[in-house]
Amino acid sequence: MAPLSAWHERLVDTALAPIRRTSRRYWALVGLELAVLGWGLYAYTIQLRDGLVVTGMRDRISWGLYIATFVFFIGISHAGTLISAILRVSQARWRTPVTRIAEFITVVALICGASFVIIDLGRPDRVLNVFIYGRWQSPIIWDVLAITTYLTGSIVYLFVPMIPDLALFRDRLAGRTARWRAWLYRTLAIGWNGNAAQRRSLGAAIGILMILIMPIAVSVHTVVSWIFAMTLRVPWNSALFGAFFVAGAIFSGIAILVIVMAILRRAYRLHEYVTEKHFVYLGYLLAAFAAIMIYANISELLVHGYKLEEGAEFHLRQLFLNQFAPLFWFYLIGGLFGPILIVLLPATRNARGIFVAAVLVTVAMWIERYVIVVSGLRVPLMPYEPAEYAPTWVEWSILAGGLALFALLITLFLKVFPIIAVWEVAEDHEATVAAPDLRRPAVPELSPATGGQDL
Amino acid sequence: MRGALAAPNDGAQMDPSAPSSAGGLAADDLVNQDATDGAASGAGDGRIGRRRALRMLGLGALTIAPLPVLPELIRIATSAQLSEPVHSTREPARTPDGRIRQWTMIIDLRACDGCQGVGGPPRCTAACIQGHLAPEPMEWIQVFEAELPGGGTRFVPTPCQQCQNPPCNNVCPVGATFSTPEGTVLIDQDRCIGCRICMAACPYDRRFFNWGEAPVPPEARLADYSVEHQVPPRKGTVMKCDFCPDMARSGTLPYCVQGCPNAAIYYGDLEEDVATNGRALVSASRFLAENDAFRLKEELGTEPRVYYIPGHGEAVGRDAFTPGRAPTEWPWTEIVDGAVTWHR
Repeated sequence: MAPLSAWHERLVDTALAPIRRTSRRYWALVGLELAVLGWGLYAYTIQLRDGLVVTGMRDRISWGLYIATFVFFIGISHAGTLISAILRVSQARWRTPVTRIAEFITVVALICGASFVIIDLGRPDRVLNVFIYGRWQSPIIWDVLAITTYLTGSIVYLFVPMIPDLALFRDRLAGRTARWRAWLYRTLAIGWNGNAAQRRSLGAAIGILMILIMPIAVSVHTVVSWIFAMTLRVPWNSALFGAFFVAGAIFSGIAILVIVMAILRRAYRLHEYVTEKHFVYLGYLLAAFAAIMIYANISELLVHGYKLEEGAEFHLRQLFLNQFAPLFWFYLIGGLFGPILIVLLPATRNARGIFVAAVLVTVAMWIERYVIVVSGLRVPLMPYEPAEYAPTWVEWSILAGGLALFALLITLFLKVFPIIAVWEVAEDHEATVAAPDLRRPAVPELSPATGGQDL
Repeated sequence: MRGALAAPNDGAQMDPSAPSSAGGLAADDLVNQDATDGAASGAGDGRIGRRRALRMLGLGALTIAPLPVLPELIRIATSAQLSEPVHSTREPARTPDGRIRQWTMIIDLRACDGCQGVGGPPRCTAACIQGHLAPEPMEWIQVFEAELPGGGTRFVPTPCQQCQNPPCNNVCPVGATFSTPEGTVLIDQDRCIGCRICMAACPYDRRFFNWGEAPVPPEARLADYSVEHQVPPRKGTVMKCDFCPDMARSGTLPYCVQGCPNAAIYYGDLEEDVATNGRALVSASRFLAENDAFRLKEELGTEPRVYYIPGHGEAVGRDAFTPGRAPTEWPWTEIVDGAVTWHR
């Protein structure tokens, strides 16, 4: 079986490449990310010193860019859940090369999202009050619980399927790498040697985790939407909000995954594993979720628009005609209909086209979160002139810092952990090569295909 | 048969036994009895913990489940802090026969002309600002100008509505805002974390945030903080009308009631069924019933403790067709050097 073994060797080389070689461009990128992050931190120190008065938020529009970004980050964290859990359960084979990075996006996005809640607090020094005096009745507490649970679950879910790959790194890099690295891989591989019992346990663990993580993921974005839906404000007064937010979360999650994969594919020449096919499939998913989002928007806007209860007219006007019109129309056309068109047309249905669609969706979904938060608060509650909100340089800087943190964590991750799920790709490849028609079970536990020997 | 795939098995480069043998000791045959069938090569080196550790990891995901009790555990662990009362108010005020008073406010819109009659900004707001040393853009009682269906406007002085089903209390993550036995809603600025979800939840726009270091006169800094008067203000926390419970307890009417030149605002106790505007004493229930009293946004079910008697200030000589009232003023920025303020 020489070809297979050569193929495998190439796969391992690809997985190890980012660790063996560090280009100058990589350090330049890290430097850039650190610089932007530093700038964001500087802006945050100003906010800490002077208070939230340095932002554009005021009493009547009391949430703004930070909360929108929080919702956005929690949204893109659904990338990992979708790819790893939902596709794993549905036994979609093509997902294997993109699993690892999707799971990592989840963890990193959750960390960034959670930090934006703290940035938004007027008294970040009292954040522990949430644990000391927490009340079950508050949607904020639901969020704290859901997000910490999801973060814990995501870290476990990132780690467990990575164990065989960590063992591979441990073995391959033994004596050829820095001490801390050897120690790290040795520790994290927790003695994996790939025997049948271990594989069975791994399969069982992944099986349990992927089922567990799904309701958690759904609950997370549902309770995020309830922060808004549980208030007495017309634009947010919707029972659809939970489902709407979850759909939007997966939608933006796919988009960010496409972007990150496209960059990594180019940077580390993953073309053999992350193929055109992956982009097209993710493109189909993107289009499907765009359709769901269109449906949700129609449902949401028509119910409000038909009855035109007090405040609804004002809200629809500001969305379609006044303050938010450019943003909202961009979201509708560029973020929902555009991607569907790109995926439908054969001429643009390729990696490049899907990448463009993903960028559009990511921007549009951030805008959507922003519009939901700010337009919802802008509808006057009493007879007063509607307030205006424009983010200040501090808010933009902290947003930039947050995005830089997201990119930085992913960049650093590449240098330490395997970016491709080697064992899953190998297993999948072997199954495909040897028996292309055979349906492979979702969990390796039931699959003696690789016999516990390959790693 | 798929098992056959195992045979080629990628040759030497994937050999698992070589590196892992380092730690493998023979002491664990017992544990490995079921491992031997699959992987002849790796069978000997499994440590006692490995397989089990992995299985535990899977089950360990279940440990996520207890996370929801974490706050409870921390609460128990820090219960020393909880033995203190919730920055509580003092003993509630009681009627002579011992029932807890239920503070209420009745605003007679027939008598309110937005202080156009006396010329200048609304006096209730000004009195409230002076009395509470309220930071610059905060009008705890704010006089809104609402359009009348038949043309013209009317003025609606709007303090915190002191809801009996307060949406702000419901959403507060830390219980910093709470209802007192007297039926008023207060905020503990020493506990508030500044998340502002109460401001999103309040349907009356009656909550105010200390966006920065609030401009207040120096004497405010000397006051002993109490949830009942909210002085001095705390940066990064929420404030609002507190219904002056400390004054009511000592038999003084709230600043806004004292300040109203038209005696439009009544303050009283639903339990004893009395209310006064400082000039007349009325039976609250009868006064409300006889004058068709209403509450703001009654349909929301918030059950406010602030009642309105319908009407408009034309009764006190106001021209309903000249809208607009003089803007509220805060003396603090002039008094305090280097005071920074913000717009509402």
